[in-house]
Amino acid sequence: MAGEAQHGKDAGHAAAEHGEGLVFHPFDQFIVKPMFHDGPVGLFTFTNAAFWMLLAVAVIFCVMVLGSSKRAVIPGRAQSIGELLYGFLHKMISDVAGKEALPFLPYIMTLFLFIVTANLLGLLPLSYTSTSHFAVTVTLALAVFITITVVGFVKHGTKFLGLFWVSSAPLPLRPVLAAVEVISYFIRPVSHSIRLGGNILAGHAVIKVFAAFASITLISPVAILGITALYGLEVLVAVVQAYVFTILTCVYLKDAMHPSH
Amino acid sequence: MEGDISSIGAGLAAIGCGLAALGVGNVAANFLSGALRNPSAAASQVTNFFIGIAFAEALGIFAFLVALMQ
Amino acid sequence: MADTHNESLLACVDVSGSADGMPQLCADWFGNQVFWLILTLVAIFFILSRIALPRIASVLAERQGTITNDISAADELKRRAADAEAAYEKALADARTEAQAIAQKTRDEIATELAAATAKADEDIAAKTAESEKAISEIRASALENVEVVAKDTASAIVTALGGTVDDAAIAAAVSNQVKG
Repeated sequence: MAGEAQHGKDAGHAAAEHGEGLVFHPFDQFIVKPMFHDGPVGLFTFTNAAFWMLLAVAVIFCVMVLGSSKRAVIPGRAQSIGELLYGFLHKMISDVAGKEALPFLPYIMTLFLFIVTANLLGLLPLSYTSTSHFAVTVTLALAVFITITVVGFVKHGTKFLGLFWVSSAPLPLRPVLAAVEVISYFIRPVSHSIRLGGNILAGHAVIKVFAAFASITLISPVAILGITALYGLEVLVAVVQAYVFTILTCVYLKDAMHPSH
Repeated sequence: MEGDISSIGAGLAAIGCGLAALGVGNVAANFLSGALRNPSAAASQVTNFFIGIAFAEALGIFAFLVALMQ
Repeated sequence: MADTHNESLLACVDVSGSADGMPQLCADWFGNQVFWLILTLVAIFFILSRIALPRIASVLAERQGTITNDISAADELKRRAADAEAAYEKALADARTEAQAIAQKTRDEIATELAAATAKADEDIAAKTAESEKAISEIRASALENVEVVAKDTASAIVTALGGTVDDAAIAAAVSNQVKG
């Protein structure tokens, strides 16, 4: 569904070139290219990645700022969305990470809103999905990782290292557990980023593979039904992955706030 | 993509996706049976349910990525 | 796959314009994405922390304040309604006692007036009775006198008719003797 027309064109193009009936190019939708001209991609080039990210900013601005501009005591629709998001994240942070983590609300809300908006914008047909790129998700996960580590050391100093020293375990086991804890701590940004990027990438690629099958007349009804079902699943995944990314951020933040086991 | 021995490796790596499906199904099934036994406690555990699903699914996604990268 | 179509001038894209390998792993595109991502995140962070979140927090606080105020106003009104009800009950009780007092007073007055009127009426009746008795006795006296006169006249007429001589003094003495007798 997403980018089906574009893919059909690509498939036809490639089929003409190679003389084949069925060609898969599920990754063409992820190509980063300059938005307004041809040529190489430099550091500051205005690419499709930049366009879709800035569109996410515009959407967030419309919902969060323009929606609440009336400051109505009885909220309208857009203001309700903003207030629901605020209440949702406020509750999530205070439930998972504790009340003293509430100053991080803007930071966590930034991550959540960017991810959920980029995921949902990426589901528009012919769009580009920022969060399917590991460059983006790794940056997000590293930002979380660095924030957690810095906050942990600033709040607790060297006591933050107690996170790795499981004092409830028997003494001979503790060095082993410490090694495991250190490894899992450094694995966190990897799994954190690949979970988000991989889910989005996999969903879009699978939809594109089904779209290629739709070019075969015999199985096209099945393929189109499959695309429809997968699209519904992907809408769910887009929201759930943003939720999971945010809640794991809160869980990690709790470690930084209360490092002792 | 065709006729390459790496395709076999990709196919093998994709088995992991099916195993992840088992894991996610297991998480969801156990959550559901627990939630039906004690519905009052279910709402407070939805967060943990999603975290568990995310962890189980992430490993399947890793396998899928390995398959994609061939 | 990664090294089959690398004649293209552009990184990570083959001659036909398709992706060469996974676009996610193309190092030439990392810098651009990270740059725009950081710009985006900073923009969203400032939008949220400077404008949106304080505004929403103030709206929510204001709503909470409004709700609290409304509840206390409702309590105040309820208290005033209870006061008004108590005052009404008191006024009602007062009015009832007053009404009873007025009724009692009126009853007493009427009883006094009635007694006075009855006494006066009795007096009048007694006076009238006395007067009537006097009149009756006068009438009776005059009637007796008349009887005497008629008897004398009749006696003298009878005496005359019988051929006697009328002796007025004897007749008068006889008649009065008869009448008195």
